Amino acid sequence: MGAGHAHRLYRHGHSPVHSLPPHTKLAAAFAFVVVVVSTPREAMWAFGLYAVLLACVAYHARVPAGFLLKRLLIEVPFVAFAVLMPFVAEGEKVDVLGLSLSVNGLWGAWNVLAKGTLGVAASVLLASTTELRELLLGLQRLKLPPLLVQIASFMIRYGDVITDEMRRMRIARESRGFEARGVKHWGVLAKSAGALFIRSYERGERVHLAMVSRGYAGSMPVIDEVTASRAQWSYALALPAAALVVCLLGWTL
Amino acid sequence: MHVPDGFINAPTSAVTGVVAAGAIAVSLRGARRELDERTAPLAGLVAAFIFAVQMLNFPVAAGTSGHLLGGALAAILVGPYTGVLCVSVVLLMQGILFADGGLTALGVNITDMAIVTTVVSYAVFRVLVKVLPRGRRSVTVASFVAALLSVPAAAVAFTLIYAVGGTTDVSIGKVATAMIGVHVLIGIGEAAITALTVGAVIAVRPDLVHGARGLEQRLKLRVDGVLVDAPAPQGARTAPVAARTSRRALWITGLVTSLVLAGFVSYYASSNPDGLEKVAHDKGIDSKTGKHASADSPLADYGVKDVENARLSGGLAGVIGVGVTVVAGSAVFWTVRRRRTPDVSPSSTSAV
Repeated sequence: MGAGHAHRLYRHGHSPVHSLPPHTKLAAAFAFVVVVVSTPREAMWAFGLYAVLLACVAYHARVPAGFLLKRLLIEVPFVAFAVLMPFVAEGEKVDVLGLSLSVNGLWGAWNVLAKGTLGVAASVLLASTTELRELLLGLQRLKLPPLLVQIASFMIRYGDVITDEMRRMRIARESRGFEARGVKHWGVLAKSAGALFIRSYERGERVHLAMVSRGYAGSMPVIDEVTASRAQWSYALALPAAALVVCLLGWTL
Repeated sequence: MHVPDGFINAPTSAVTGVVAAGAIAVSLRGARRELDERTAPLAGLVAAFIFAVQMLNFPVAAGTSGHLLGGALAAILVGPYTGVLCVSVVLLMQGILFADGGLTALGVNITDMAIVTTVVSYAVFRVLVKVLPRGRRSVTVASFVAALLSVPAAAVAFTLIYAVGGTTDVSIGKVATAMIGVHVLIGIGEAAITALTVGAVIAVRPDLVHGARGLEQRLKLRVDGVLVDAPAPQGARTAPVAARTSRRALWITGLVTSLVLAGFVSYYASSNPDGLEKVAHDKGIDSKTGKHASADSPLADYGVKDVENARLSGGLAGVIGVGVTVVAGSAVFWTVRRRRTPDVSPSSTSAV
């Protein structure tokens, strides 16, 4: 991915969070989410503190609140599910505003909402401060199988190409007066999907031949090894460490 | 269906993570056999295709629309191992980049949506292709049924995971009804789209469809007014490479996984009644159930008699259960295989 091809998920910047090595950020985000998930749901204040911690990170990364909140919208389907939960869950009931709600359901809804939102926010911060290529390097550094990292990198690199191809096919359909309105148009759309598969697969074969002709023999050369100093590790792990303190307090208090 | 963080408790997420990692490791080895050294670019491009096709909206009626999940499609088009890999990579990237599905729930999501859908649909597909007459139409029919079953299967798997480690207090019965009910409907859409797509690919490039290998017609030449088989080109691959699965490795992995699950995981789970038993108990359904016929057997109620520690006995019973299942299953398998062997030509057995 060359310069000027920044993905819409990534926010370019030079903050201290941006400059951390990717694998430390990945490890930190994952550890943070694990700590959040293992916090007891009754410790409501702990989740507030987690949110403050994430807000600190966002401030240091200079990610504006509006951007973060807009990306949080991906969670909406599960919010709907969580809202339903107090009505269907079992257990003792409590009257709120004339509605009979299950206490356990309310706790369950709170649990999913709080932990889910914090998890999404952590992933959004990670993706918006780390370039895609760096993320893949970080995954490789964290000992993900090289073949899996290669597959992921091809998916990332060609994801936009394939999506654009699909968009061009849609424009081609629409410019010929086609408008999908119901089940009877599925055949046309499925033919497009089939054509898209054939194009993707054939592109894959061409990419492979191009790679072979440039000396590919099954593994990618590592040209930029990412390393992290002890200071960078401790800087990145400050977030999960602080979260762990909150979590332990939540269990003991 | 992307499960967020905090929906499934931490131990269950960890166990599903181990299951997912194991399955991906097996698939990485299998995909090398399906695609040899072309694995990385081809699987990557197919993953990109799955990612893109999930964004293709299929209008149902009156403004609602659905989209493809892609597990069954991937399994049929590129083979089960590559299919598992592609869908897993898509889920991994969706989790890390788009925050779609939690990071700790990655194991749950991969087990549920990548492994269960792909394995179930491919198994159903293979069986149907064997049973139905050879031809393009039966491949389409088989992919319809495979996709139809794969989505509710994923819903069942999700319900099972939820029963083991759900953090909310909604009864298993309600979750199962809602999940499976909705996903049967989704499955119908998935089935129609998958079958149409596979049909479209088969019409143009049947050689690309992994599930349709071995269906192509032999080239025939008319010599002196009589049709004869053309001689096979030199160096052509006669049997698909994917067939040479190292069964022993797969077998041992599966056995070890089930032993670990049965022995170790049930050690933690077995002291509590499972969800369905609990629901039955809460609602008084079980007050009428008589004793099961095998209630006096040494393994009754998943515990070994005369072993005092409840958890240990549960684990032991799990291990014994796996052993008995393996022996019984192998016996059935060998019997069926021995009976089938005489009337099947050698070329078709090598492609099993």
